[in-house]
Amino acid sequence: MFELYFPIAVLAVVAVVLALVLMVLSGILGPKRPDKVKLMPYESGMDPYGQARDRYSVSFYLVAVEFIVFDLEVVFLYPWAVRFLDLDAGAFWAMMVFITVLLLGLVYTLKKGTLDWDSSTAAHNRA
Amino acid sequence: MDLLHDLSYFWPAAITSIGGLAAMMAAAFKTDMRWVNAVAVFTALSATVVAASDLVAGHSGLLFSGMVAHGGTAAFGTFVVSLGTLFTLVLSRSYLEKIGHHYAEVYALILFATTGMIVLASATDLVALFVGLETMSVCLYVLAGLVRERKTGIEAALKYFLLGAFSTGFLLYGIALLYGATMSTSLDVIAATTDKGGLYWAGVGLLLVGFLFKVSAVPFHMWTPDVYQGAPTTITGYMATAAKTSAFVAFILVLGRGLQGSVEQWAPVLEIVALLTMIVGNLIALVQHDVKRMLAYSSIAHAGYALVGLTAGTLSGYDGVLFYLFAYTLMNIGAFAVLAYYETADGQERSTLEQFAGLGWQQPALGVALSIFLFSLAGMPPFAGFAGKYQVFAAAIEQGYITLALVGVLTSAAAAFYYIRVMVYLYFKSPEQPVSLPAVDRLYGWTILLLAGLTILFGVMPSLIVNLF
Repeated sequence: MFELYFPIAVLAVVAVVLALVLMVLSGILGPKRPDKVKLMPYESGMDPYGQARDRYSVSFYLVAVEFIVFDLEVVFLYPWAVRFLDLDAGAFWAMMVFITVLLLGLVYTLKKGTLDWDSSTAAHNRA
Repeated sequence: MDLLHDLSYFWPAAITSIGGLAAMMAAAFKTDMRWVNAVAVFTALSATVVAASDLVAGHSGLLFSGMVAHGGTAAFGTFVVSLGTLFTLVLSRSYLEKIGHHYAEVYALILFATTGMIVLASATDLVALFVGLETMSVCLYVLAGLVRERKTGIEAALKYFLLGAFSTGFLLYGIALLYGATMSTSLDVIAATTDKGGLYWAGVGLLLVGFLFKVSAVPFHMWTPDVYQGAPTTITGYMATAAKTSAFVAFILVLGRGLQGSVEQWAPVLEIVALLTMIVGNLIALVQHDVKRMLAYSSIAHAGYALVGLTAGTLSGYDGVLFYLFAYTLMNIGAFAVLAYYETADGQERSTLEQFAGLGWQQPALGVALSIFLFSLAGMPPFAGFAGKYQVFAAAIEQGYITLALVGVLTSAAAAFYYIRVMVYLYFKSPEQPVSLPAVDRLYGWTILLLAGLTILFGVMPSLIVNLF
C-alpha cells in the first residue's frame, strides 16, 4: 500500500522544500525597493479598493456559467473517448443525446445574445 | 438494446424533456407564441396519455439499472404530474398574456420541471431521486420569480431558492449518511439492511427533514405562503399540485420501499408533524384576507392530511395518499385558475376577500366552479376532496391513530369556515363599485368546467381511480 503512494510523498516533499528554498533565497538575495504601487494587493492590474457591492455586467456570469457547462461536458467526454472502442452502440447514442442537448443550449444562448458583448445589440436580442 | 428498452417504459419523461427543448428552441428563434403553447400542450397531453396507458397496462419493474421504477406507484405519480402539467399549460396562456409575461421560456421551464418531477416520482435510488428533485426545483425557482418587476415576485424566488437549497442540504446529507450506513443508495438495498446504527438513524432523520421541507409540513412551512403568493397564479397552482404530488410520491417510495422496516420509528415522528401541520395550517388560514395566501395556508393543511395517510404506513394508507394527491391536483389547479381569472379579468388586481364581493354573479359558471373547488377542498361530499380525506383517515384509524383522524376531522370542520367565507363574499356581499367582468377565454372556461366536472365525478365514483392501484 505504502509503495503505491511513495512517489506522491516524494513529490510533495520536493514541492514544499523547493518552495521554501526559493522564498528564502529571494528574501535574502533579492533587491528590495518598495513603493506604494508595488505594495498594493495584486488584482489583475485593477484598483483593488472600492465598494464591495459593486455592480458587474451580467455577461461575466453568463460566460462563466457557459464555461462551467462545457468544461463539465469535457469531463464526461474524456472517459468516454478513452474507452470508446470497448463500449457498445448504446454508449455512443447516449453521448450523442448528451451533446445534442448541450448544443441546443448553446444555440439558445447564442440566439439570445449572451456572448454578444456589444451592449446595444445584446439588449435588443434579449428583449 | 437495453437503453431503448428501458426508455420505452419511461416515455413520459422523455416526451416532456423533448418538448421542453423544443420550447427552448422556439424561444431562441422567436416563434409565434400560439404555436409554442400548442406544442407544449400537445407534449403534456401525450405524456399524460402514455402515463395513463402505462398505468392501465399494469406492468411494473425497475429501469436503468434499478435507478427508477415503472408501473404501480411510480406510474400513478407520473400520471398525476403529467395531468397537472397539462392543465397548467392549457390555463397559463391567457393568464400569462394578461400579465404580460407570456414567454416561450415559461413553457420550456414547466416541461423541464415536469421531467424532473417524473424522475422524482419514479426514483428507486436516492441518486436518481436527488437528480429529479433538483431538476424540478431549479426550474421552479425561476418560475416563482417570473414577475420580476414586483417585489413579491423577487421575494418569492429568493425565498424559495434559499430555503430550497437549505432543505436540499438536509436531504443530501441524509442520503450521504444512509449511504455510509448501508453502502448503497438503492432503496431496495437500504430496505434489506439489518444493522441499524446511529449513522442509519441520523440519515433517516435528515431525509425526513428534507422531505418535510419539500412538502411544506409544519414546522418547515415558512416559505410556502410568500412563495405561493408571489408566484404567478397559474404557476402557484402548478407548484402546489404537481410539485407537491411528485414530492409525496417520492416520499411514499422512500418510506414504503426503503424504510418500511423502520415504520415503528418514523411513524410517531410523522404523526406529530401531521398533527402540527393540520392544526397550524388551518388555524393561520382562518385569519387570511388575501385569497391566494389563504389557499397557500390551505395547501399546508392539505399536506398535513396527506401525511396522515403516510403515518398509517400501510398499503391502504399509501393508496389513500395517492388518491388524495390526485383529487387535490384537480380541485386546486381549478381554484387557482378561477383566482387567476378574477385577478386579471378587467385590469384591476383582485386578491383580497373584499375585492371578491359579488363576483360570483358576474360569470356564473366560474363562480359555481370555484364554489365546487372550495367545497371539495373543504372535504364535503360528494366531491373528490371528501373521498380523498375519507381514505387517508380510514387508513389511519385502521392502524389505531384515532387522535390523528379526530384532529383531522375537527380541523376540516374549522377549515370549512374559511373556504365558505370566500363564497359568502362571492354571492352575499355587494361590491363597493359596480363591476362587470368580461367573458372568459373559451378554452379557459371549458377547462375550468372540465376540472369541476372531474372533481364531482371522482367524488361520486372514487373507485374509478382506486381500482387502478
